[in-house]
Amino acid sequence: MQVNENSKEFKPLIVAFCCNWCSYAGADLAGTSRLSYPADVKIIRVPCSCRVNPMFILKAFEKGADGVIMCGCHPGDCHYTTGNYYARRRMTLLFSMLDYLGVDKERVRVEWVSAAEGQRFAMVMNDFAKKITELGENVKLGDIRCKK
Amino acid sequence: MQEITGLMVKRAKELLEAGEVQRVIGWTTGDFCYDVTPAVFTKAEDLEEGKFVYNSFCGSNLSKYLIQTLRNDINAVNTAKAMAARKGENPDDIPGPGKTLVFLKPCDTYSFNQLLTEHRIDKSLVYVIGVACRGMADIEKIKLMGASGITKVIDAGDKLEVKTIYGDKSFDKKDVLLEKCACCKGKEHKYADEVIDPEPLPEGEGKGPMDRMAGVTMLEEMTAEERYAFWNDQLSRCIKCYACRNACPACTCMKCVFDNPRSGVDSKANVTEFEEKMYHIIRAFHVAGRCTDCGECSRVCPQGIPLHLLNRKFIKDINEFYGDYQAGEAEGQRAPLVNFDAENDVEPSIVNEKGGN
Ligand code: SF4
Ligand code: SF4
Ligand code: SF4
Ligand code: FES
Repeated sequence: MQVNENSKEFKPLIVAFCCNWCSYAGADLAGTSRLSYPADVKIIRVPCSCRVNPMFILKAFEKGADGVIMCGCHPGDCHYTTGNYYARRRMTLLFSMLDYLGVDKERVRVEWVSAAEGQRFAMVMNDFAKKITELGENVKLGDIRCKK
Repeated sequence: MQEITGLMVKRAKELLEAGEVQRVIGWTTGDFCYDVTPAVFTKAEDLEEGKFVYNSFCGSNLSKYLIQTLRNDINAVNTAKAMAARKGENPDDIPGPGKTLVFLKPCDTYSFNQLLTEHRIDKSLVYVIGVACRGMADIEKIKLMGASGITKVIDAGDKLEVKTIYGDKSFDKKDVLLEKCACCKGKEHKYADEVIDPEPLPEGEGKGPMDRMAGVTMLEEMTAEERYAFWNDQLSRCIKCYACRNACPACTCMKCVFDNPRSGVDSKANVTEFEEKMYHIIRAFHVAGRCTDCGECSRVCPQGIPLHLLNRKFIKDINEFYGDYQAGEAEGQRAPLVNFDAENDVEPSIVNEKGGN
């Protein structure tokens, strides 16, 4: 979480895992097209959505993320053919487990964004940032030692 | 129990003496008759009844013990071969490790199949005797129900006669079953070279009296806040002894992430509640789709944390989202998390759409 000292307004910290071949390129396109999306979205580039280990998501929360989103190629379009199919199952189960532990289920999300969807990338991020701002600071799944 | 123990000892002795097997993995008693522990027997004379036991406290799943036993034996043979080669002898003259006899209860055979599927054990080195089981008792429940100073427990059909220094007590076995036995999947062995079952149950009978998903459903019906409080309460008691990992026949990595100081997640006692949650989510996740629901993790937890509620949540979700699946039902199954259905798999957003609490 980052708090702007002047306004004390809550600004969520969002971590976005983006696969190199689609979503990261989509983010790039959003940038070159001068579309705006919140600066609080920190993008972490991964080779494929399938690279995202559940631990990555938990670690992001530990280090103070208020929301974590994973983006990959649309099902059927994965650069490695099947990576996102596995990732889809994995994330479904992980999110369900987080909900089971009572952690806000809206704080995690998966979106499929292709390299041509700069517009969609910006829209997804704006929407997610809005949702997280509404939810406020993540207190349930953070490590107090990592908080400033 | 007396009768079946006799049959087991007899058969194990025969196989050892005939040289068909080199060692036997079974159970032996500890300081008290109820703290039965796994043991490896290599000599027929050690298999006397009294040393080798099979009673209502043989809950431990011996499939897990095969991994290390077989590995040790193979290492010993390899070392002997290397020594022989160095001395200029023919390494091929060194005998192989021979077979290991293991006694498995019905639920343990699921784990055995899972280990075969994952190539963790070599079937040709094992001789499996499936043993009949009528449910294993939980000593903690017996103690909670008022028995202290226990000196002896006698199996008497549906009853357990407990002798204590304060007098005798009798318990209905069904009241003191281990959690896993109360929800037993069935009394049929899914793998066995032979089965010892003097009085087989009629087919289809033998499931535990309780619905194994009842606990998960109950939690799902709570609000998120209640669930959060429930798990904080439970997991904050964890002392990170790793018994749940060590006993689990699905946790078989040679190097576990939680032992690796470079993983950034190794720790002993938990410093914050985050670490508790991380450990438990990851432990359950690493066995998701491979957990046979053998119940060992909950049984061994010294803090009595209901770990089965985490494993069964994954099992329930997998069944709901990807179709019914029972890990270890047969050898060679493809686990749901290393599989997919391009057209029919649900999107992760289903967790939000399901709405609820
Ligand atoms: S789960 Fe079933 S087979 Fe396994 S020990 Fe319990 S009663 Fe026996
Ligand atoms: S997680 Fe628990 S129930 Fe599942 S296989 Fe491991 S020890 Fe058995
Ligand atoms: S056995 Fe229990 S106390 Fe030990 S690490 Fe597992 S959950 Fe924690
Ligand atoms: S490469 Fe984009 S999801 Fe696999």
